[in-house]
Amino acid sequence: MTTITVDGNEAVARVAYRLHEVIAIYPITPASPMGEWADAWAAEGLPNLWGAVPAVVELQSEAGAAGTVHGALQSGALTTTFTASQGLLLMIPNLYKLAGELTPVVLHVACRSLAAQGLSIFGDHSDVMATRGTGCAILCSASVQEAADFAAIASRASLLCRLPFLHCFDGFRTSHEIQKVEPLDDALLQALIPTEAISAHRARALTPNRPVIRGTAQNPDVYFQGRESVNLFYDEAPGHVREAMQRFAALSGRHYQPFDYCGAEDAERVLVLMGSGCETASHTLEVLRARGERVGLLKVRLYRPFAARLLVEALPGSVHTIGVLDRCKDPGASGEPLYLDVITAITEEWAVVHGHTPQPRVLGGRYGLSSKEFTPAMVKAVLDHLHKPEALNHFTVGIHDDLTHRSLPLDPGFVIEDPDSVRAIVYGLGSDGTVGANKAAIKIIGESTALHAQGYFVYDSKKSGSVTVSHLRFGPRPIRACHLIERPSFVACHHWDFVERFDLLAGIEPGGVFLLNSPHSSSETWTRLPERLRQAIRGGALQVFVINASRVAREAGMGQHINTVMQACFFALSGVLPRPEAIERIRASIRHSYGRKGEAVVARNLAALDSSLDQLERLPWEALDASPVSAEAAAPVGDPSLSERLATAPAFVREVIAPMLERRGDQLPVSAIPCDGTWPTGTARWEKRNIAAEIPVWDSELCVQCGKCVMVCPHAVIRAKVAAPAAFATAPEGFHTAPARDPAFSGDTFTIQVAAEDCTGCALCVEVCPARDRREPKRKAITMAPQRPLRERARGHWDFFLELPEVPRAGLNLHKIGQQQLQQPLFEFSGACAGCGETPYLKLASQLFGDRMLIANATGCSSIYGGNLPTTPWSANAEGRGPAWSNSLFEDNAEFGYGMRVALDQKRQTALELLGQLGGAGVLPSDLVEAIRTADQSDEPGIAEQRQRVADLKARLQHTQNHQQRQLLELADSLVKTSVWLVGGDGWAYDIGFGGLDHVLASGRDLNALVLDTEVYSNTGGQSSKATPRGAVAKFAAAGKAAPKKDLGLMAMTYGTVYVASVAMGARDEHTIRAFLEAESYPGPSLIIAYSHCIAHGIDMARGMEHQKAAVDSGRWLLYRYDPRRHERGENPLQLDSPGQRRPLAETLEQENRFRMLRYSQPERARDLARVAQEELERRWRTYRALAQPLISTADQRSPAEQHSPADQHGDPR
Amino acid sequence: MSVDLATTYLGLTLRSPLVVGAAAPLSEHLDQLQALEAAGAAAVVLHSLFEEQIEQEQLDLQHHAIQGSESYGEAISYLPEPSVFHLGHELYLRQIEQARQRLNLPIIASLNGSSPGQWVRFARQIEQAGADALELNIYSLPTDPALSSAAIEAQVEEIVREVRAEVKLPLAVKLSPFFTNLSAMARRLAEAGADGLVLFNRFYQPDIDIEELVLRPNLLLSTPHDLRLPLRWIALLHGRLAVDLAASGGVHRGTDVVRLLMAGAVITQVVGALLRHGAGRLSSLEQELALWLEEHNHATVQELVGCMSQQRCPNPSEYERAQYLKAIQGYRSWDAVSAPGPW
Repeated sequence: MTTITVDGNEAVARVAYRLHEVIAIYPITPASPMGEWADAWAAEGLPNLWGAVPAVVELQSEAGAAGTVHGALQSGALTTTFTASQGLLLMIPNLYKLAGELTPVVLHVACRSLAAQGLSIFGDHSDVMATRGTGCAILCSASVQEAADFAAIASRASLLCRLPFLHCFDGFRTSHEIQKVEPLDDALLQALIPTEAISAHRARALTPNRPVIRGTAQNPDVYFQGRESVNLFYDEAPGHVREAMQRFAALSGRHYQPFDYCGAEDAERVLVLMGSGCETASHTLEVLRARGERVGLLKVRLYRPFAARLLVEALPGSVHTIGVLDRCKDPGASGEPLYLDVITAITEEWAVVHGHTPQPRVLGGRYGLSSKEFTPAMVKAVLDHLHKPEALNHFTVGIHDDLTHRSLPLDPGFVIEDPDSVRAIVYGLGSDGTVGANKAAIKIIGESTALHAQGYFVYDSKKSGSVTVSHLRFGPRPIRACHLIERPSFVACHHWDFVERFDLLAGIEPGGVFLLNSPHSSSETWTRLPERLRQAIRGGALQVFVINASRVAREAGMGQHINTVMQACFFALSGVLPRPEAIERIRASIRHSYGRKGEAVVARNLAALDSSLDQLERLPWEALDASPVSAEAAAPVGDPSLSERLATAPAFVREVIAPMLERRGDQLPVSAIPCDGTWPTGTARWEKRNIAAEIPVWDSELCVQCGKCVMVCPHAVIRAKVAAPAAFATAPEGFHTAPARDPAFSGDTFTIQVAAEDCTGCALCVEVCPARDRREPKRKAITMAPQRPLRERARGHWDFFLELPEVPRAGLNLHKIGQQQLQQPLFEFSGACAGCGETPYLKLASQLFGDRMLIANATGCSSIYGGNLPTTPWSANAEGRGPAWSNSLFEDNAEFGYGMRVALDQKRQTALELLGQLGGAGVLPSDLVEAIRTADQSDEPGIAEQRQRVADLKARLQHTQNHQQRQLLELADSLVKTSVWLVGGDGWAYDIGFGGLDHVLASGRDLNALVLDTEVYSNTGGQSSKATPRGAVAKFAAAGKAAPKKDLGLMAMTYGTVYVASVAMGARDEHTIRAFLEAESYPGPSLIIAYSHCIAHGIDMARGMEHQKAAVDSGRWLLYRYDPRRHERGENPLQLDSPGQRRPLAETLEQENRFRMLRYSQPERARDLARVAQEELERRWRTYRALAQPLISTADQRSPAEQHSPADQHGDPR
Repeated sequence: MSVDLATTYLGLTLRSPLVVGAAAPLSEHLDQLQALEAAGAAAVVLHSLFEEQIEQEQLDLQHHAIQGSESYGEAISYLPEPSVFHLGHELYLRQIEQARQRLNLPIIASLNGSSPGQWVRFARQIEQAGADALELNIYSLPTDPALSSAAIEAQVEEIVREVRAEVKLPLAVKLSPFFTNLSAMARRLAEAGADGLVLFNRFYQPDIDIEELVLRPNLLLSTPHDLRLPLRWIALLHGRLAVDLAASGGVHRGTDVVRLLMAGAVITQVVGALLRHGAGRLSSLEQELALWLEEHNHATVQELVGCMSQQRCPNPSEYERAQYLKAIQGYRSWDAVSAPGPW
């Protein structure tokens, strides 16, 4: 039997790719990998079942993908797409069309929660349930194997019954779970897919040779009848599905039914559910049945068309209580969708099928929203609940609902694991290769032994310093535990710091193995382990092994990648395979995995492997424990505990955020969570993640106080202040200062401090520091030094620094970086990638305008590091003012922000009218009214004065009972300028949100769009957008993007009324500041396109600013400002601030892996695209240079032809 | 009178002594090679395959491919990975194969290894790819004060010996001028199996930016003055060793070619002139050479080779003079001003 070890996405993509001719794709987690596979295979020329390479096309949104799917199907092509969540919702209009037109198609959906009170990338059935009215068939698979199988079954059924199918499976739990499965070979697919039905589909295609029209507008006379005309197709569809499943069974040996019942034939309690929960439920049922319980499970495969008769037929007549579990919430409904359908089925069909047998009671419950764990204990809790005569209906399981008391109690001791399996939990750092190594281990075992294998990975919501937890099961029997490991037999900790942070050995079975990457000797490791862990080791009589993996990896030339080292240790200790065989298989795996990347990579990994086995040692804790020296308590690490750190934090931080930080969020009760999704800002400061190995250290003597390090810091951890010398009188020891160099602060004292515990160690500050020691130029005013020895002292310095007064904003020269950077950042300590290219722009905006900022943030990186729980970097100043932030959707962000602006303008208008009326009536002093109405709020002092006037106004109205006056009091704050910002990435601005952005820019309203242009969909893993430059390799453009980058700025300029700026902080920082100030001051729409280097570019992030400069120097990124106000002064609104091409484009492209990659895969194409890109660049430069020519006076006007000089036409881009 | 420009180098018969020297911008792409052939190149030495560079390329590729991956649930990775990577050495070999198929001019590969086994491995692959000859570019800058000159010389000799034993290709060795006794080194290399010696490799020399206090990679192309160094050593070695001598560095005019041939070179490698003026410069060099020969009544290039070598020149001791006091004492600043420029 051939097997492959893959995740659900790959399993589905392998089938879908071969069965289609057109594949329309758009990225959305967790479905993106299906599109990525398809694109990568097409780039390599892999054929489908009929020998052709499918056309894999990326669209601008899921709505676009659905439209393309619709069009391709109407033209007779076999077509598919992949999506999830709100992406599926964007397809709904077309789903109705596809169903209404009886179009055979299968769309694959990795089910994901819908954004409601908050967005979630994790899995539940909210999305697919929202489509149940579209007329699409819905077929739900429960495991990786089923996902592959149902992808094929759905295709046959759809072609035969002519209904569009949504093939859905649980996001992450199935889409990202790795399992050993049997692949579907071409012969099976050939035998399964009905050729005649394909011909019929093609025959229905629109063609001028047989012209018809479809998509007509229908009137009251016939529309209704038309809707009813499809009934027969829906009646027959379940039969087609059953037939397809039977035919599939004959070909594969795997049997399915539209409703699969398993359990006792005389069951009295039966669960009904769909998706991956079925696996855990069926496994649990086996255990309970062995204990004599009469329980059963009905797995819903075909959810639409809902075959009520088949469902009831599948149920045993003995059942007296049915528990229907929905993995979604339908607020305000009489029950969740599956529950309601089951109720209807029982009501309508029970007597028909089971005669006079008493109709069972049906209870509904909710579980597993957003991938909340669904464990055997929860299955048992539900079944126990069904026993109760007065059992609560509409219950929940898996949470503690202390608000409405609908949750079921759990027995935490009910844990079932296959005793013959190896169950490993591995804690790793995101950057150390742990997950990659574990995936390789699963592949090795899954593909070269008879053992079954499963891997599931819990990732972090932070992009820097992230923690990963891998859950691996291996065993002789199929693994149907779709939940995290509760009773590990093996625990590995790949990072020493975790011993303090996590309860690593929770649930470990007696005699289990604990593998620890320790920087200490064996005996020192024992003494340094927290007593909590030592007790667990003693109590469980665990076998403990240690290795200094970081050293082994370093010595083998692998840097911080300890993957091979820890993988070797895992195989050596876990007992999954005999040791010599395991090691040999790792060797083979290394050669296989890395061989294509070159001998050097293979050699280093093999060296690391050999060295690992030599240095792995058993920790003789029994002996060490007995010795008096080692019996000492673990050495204190010197860091305060989380609760100590949070002693002065707000209650919400202590009571809600802190447990989430400690990975105990699952235990928070319902009452703890804000009911409308509103969370406090300024919370990232409490995290103190201590993730940097090295932090910047300031040399006060060398420093020229330019502020550049402060400006580029993506995490706002390096800051400057200036104050009178007296303010430093109580400075702690070692707190460095220098006399302020700026004449504006003559006599004052300057300091730069680093938030050591919040720093990510990206070193961007060092890169931009211009101040070198002229006697030893390798020394700069900022250098990196190990964090740990500095931590404690730096903590005190930082606390003191925060207490120093902020520099008054009103007097600062904002065009001078050294002064501007003294403004307090109101965006700090985000979880963005170390060295992020986006966040310095946001931090800058927060410094300049944060105290009056309203932010509409498109979904993407910036919404994740900006608003992914538990903390947010957006914060407030001492007066309590700061950016107010919200995320609506990915696609509507411009319109969302526009709504904010319109509302603010309306409130202000009403307030002005009230002000005028009350002034006129003598209620308010006329000079105050006039001053407020005519206030100049174009700069900081003006705004400060207006704030004062409004405070005065509010004080006068504070105690009034007059309706009109109270109304003004409520609206008074709108009289102070509010700065509305639309923030998002290029995926939003260039693609999915472009229509809205365009509309809003055309509106003339005073708002500011900031496009953080990474030239790729960064957040979802680097898919190509229309901002991706020609020749760059990206996901969805694996063969290198063939089209040029869209010129968004030029498009916006055509309105003539939009302020447009293109900036790159790393190229010209003062230009960036100037553009931000101009944009915000422009009383109309502004668009700033900010070049943002990104980890998806394949660059050394510590040199991100150099890459920005290279992009500008090569002419690939232009710096310019288009200010419509210049028209009024008779000047050309466009100022081209770039010097033109100063470095060869090819040279700068070669510095980024995204461009280099194509040379490795398709060298000729890479060269051709680079050549065209150079030509394009020159053309673009000439265009901009012509557009930026000084305006000629009216008297001097000539015809456009006359103005066209030869020099313009043939200008040298330099 | 028609002049026979043909010469023989490493057993290859060449249409002229004008060989394109190793430089990436000249030979990276097939169409460049075609242009060079069309312009009259007698042979092309491909840019060097640097083992260390290839190794670094592989490690970089791996580093960037996995950077940031597998740590954040929405972005398991950031770049698509093709199933096949055409790495530097593979592309190099493919280029040799393609050049062999599409061009008629001899292709001389150039190799710089850094570890003993790899010299041989790559040399074998280059031979299999169809190169006509191999130039070993022994390019290293020893900076370890504990390493003796003797050890370095032995290493160089060993490389040549090992490659010679493994491949049948004609073998040239491109040398650095910085050997304690270059003549002895040349002899050892000839004995180790080199068929030709290329004098000399020009090293990249970094420059200091005195304002920014950083080093700047500042590639300086050769000038005609640079040919003095190879000229002297070729003249000294000519006739003493059973190897072909090739000149590299400073060939910009037809008369430069004449000088080096007179010293004893059988070919002259041209790089800087082509980088400055393009492939077309080759044909004018060839014309200048032919014209000079014609004007001086030479029927063949062969007549010229070595006529001014130390063994055959009128004043052999001039080649050995380390200091020429008269020249220094007689130097006047306007000499420099009035001296003919490099062009």
